[in-house]
Amino acid sequence: MSLDLRLRHRFGAFTLDLAFAAPDGVTALYGHSGAGKSTIINAIAGLVRADEGRIAIGGRVLQDSASGLWVPTHRRKVGYVFQDARLFPHMSVRQNIGYGAAAVADPSTVVDLLGIGALLDRRPGSLSGGEAQRVAIARALMSEPEILLMDEPLASLDPARKAAILPYLARLRDEARLPILYVSHALEEVAQLANTLVIIKDGRVLANGPVADLLSDPGLARHVGIRGAGAVIEARIARHHDDGLTELSAAGGPLFVPALSGEVGQALRLRIEAQDVMLSLDRPHGMSALNVMAGHVTQVRSGEGPGVLIQLSVGDEGAKLLSRITRRSADALNIRVGMPLFAVVKTVAVAPGDIGPIGNT
Amino acid sequence: MTGWLGPEEWQAVALSLRVALWATVASLPFGIFVAYALARWRFPGRQVLNGLVHLPLILPPVVTGYILLLVLGTNAPIGRWLSEALGIEFAFRWTGAALAAAIMAFPLMVRAIRLSIEAVDPKLEQAAATLGASRFRIFRTITLPMILPGLLTGMILSFAKAMGEFGATITFVSNIPGQTRTLPSAIYAFLQVPGGEASALRLVVVSVVIALGALALSEWLARRAAARLGLSEGRT
Repeated sequence: MSLDLRLRHRFGAFTLDLAFAAPDGVTALYGHSGAGKSTIINAIAGLVRADEGRIAIGGRVLQDSASGLWVPTHRRKVGYVFQDARLFPHMSVRQNIGYGAAAVADPSTVVDLLGIGALLDRRPGSLSGGEAQRVAIARALMSEPEILLMDEPLASLDPARKAAILPYLARLRDEARLPILYVSHALEEVAQLANTLVIIKDGRVLANGPVADLLSDPGLARHVGIRGAGAVIEARIARHHDDGLTELSAAGGPLFVPALSGEVGQALRLRIEAQDVMLSLDRPHGMSALNVMAGHVTQVRSGEGPGVLIQLSVGDEGAKLLSRITRRSADALNIRVGMPLFAVVKTVAVAPGDIGPIGNT
Repeated sequence: MTGWLGPEEWQAVALSLRVALWATVASLPFGIFVAYALARWRFPGRQVLNGLVHLPLILPPVVTGYILLLVLGTNAPIGRWLSEALGIEFAFRWTGAALAAAIMAFPLMVRAIRLSIEAVDPKLEQAAATLGASRFRIFRTITLPMILPGLLTGMILSFAKAMGEFGATITFVSNIPGQTRTLPSAIYAFLQVPGGEASALRLVVVSVVIALGALALSEWLARRAAARLGLSEGRT
């Protein structure tokens, strides 16, 4: 099932005018505040009536301004997880998650998936932010939606709670078979969860494609923030070493990261920030950094500042890596498209928070 | 209690309770509807409706009673039609006393309910809609339980006002023992005859007891409802 959407909506001086499709898996809507992300999912949910457009999920049309079709919110079969969990305060957790469920529905799968078994008899008022958000997700899933809309579900949580809830979202992506539209302006969440990325700017689609392609595109880096720019690459756990390191097999060679808890063979997603990747003309030796990948330059992009973003293709499958170096270094190395290079990634550059299992991409 | 109160006094007390109860219960659905419309809907004439609801609060009660008499009296077209076609008679009946009390109490009821509806976060109702709940189910399962404390407050205020209503009642339906002589009318009547002070005083005591009892009951119910909502615990 997939979402097809075309919208045009005006409010005040702002115009939303865009179209995109979201396949199964997580599609992240990324953009700055006020870019129109929330309006898009509110339009899908029927909470905002867009002036013009067509919205369909797997061929089921929810809105079509050409024929005047408009399906009210409660018949849309959308699961919506709001930034503020919006649990019903006068109901227990059990009643909350049962609210949108069919009478015969068995909550045990969803309850296990989100780890809320111990909370069922509590009242929303006594839950922490992270617990409330997990209950809200369970409640949305129990209504058996055909699409899950998540509006910055982690934005109101502190980093520790965020890190605790991300694995549940990753499991959800892998186990619940439905398209998930995930609004966020946190790059780590996008890199960890999303399969597809749609970058929204001023009410328009700036770029749309697989998350690994878009995040490693130097041309888009200034829209996601140069400082946060970084590529996403896929890897598998190869070995756990006794010295506290885990060896991953990634495109372009082995990578060593601080010990991970996963099993050998488990697929992971790594985010490597451009500023943590150094470049070398020769295979470096006599260095403390363990992670070296061989590749060749595919793009060079200099911005207005002193920095240059370089895209490398590493390994046989053409995984993309981004490196940010100074213009002076780029000139000194005489970096040109097509030339072979070695990328040096410091071990610590792969933060655990940025590692997530890869879904059915 | 019948021993302490004379038959005439007891009659006034029983009548007042009946009038106030009916006035409150019968106007409740209208009160909820009007409060919801004023709180949630934007429609032309909203301010007019708001003004109309509040009119009995600012008009002299006697004026309200006289207007009722003009509209619903035996010789008024609407009153005659109601009486002949539907068999509903208000003039000089206890039903008229209940109607007058309900209209005088209506602004208080609507205000209390409207405030509590405005306090319900529409975002919760949106969340319920995304979970597949129809408008009616949302009202029944989300809005209504959350406004329960305000609903109780509105009903108690309405009941208390109805118990004490005098001006509009005596103008509209007069002061007929057993039909329209409610507590205030009875107290007034007793004070007009020699030797009636003792009766009047007893009825005053009864009025105070009923009013305080109603207040205590509403406080207790509202607190219980609020505790059930879990509203005392804050959450971010």
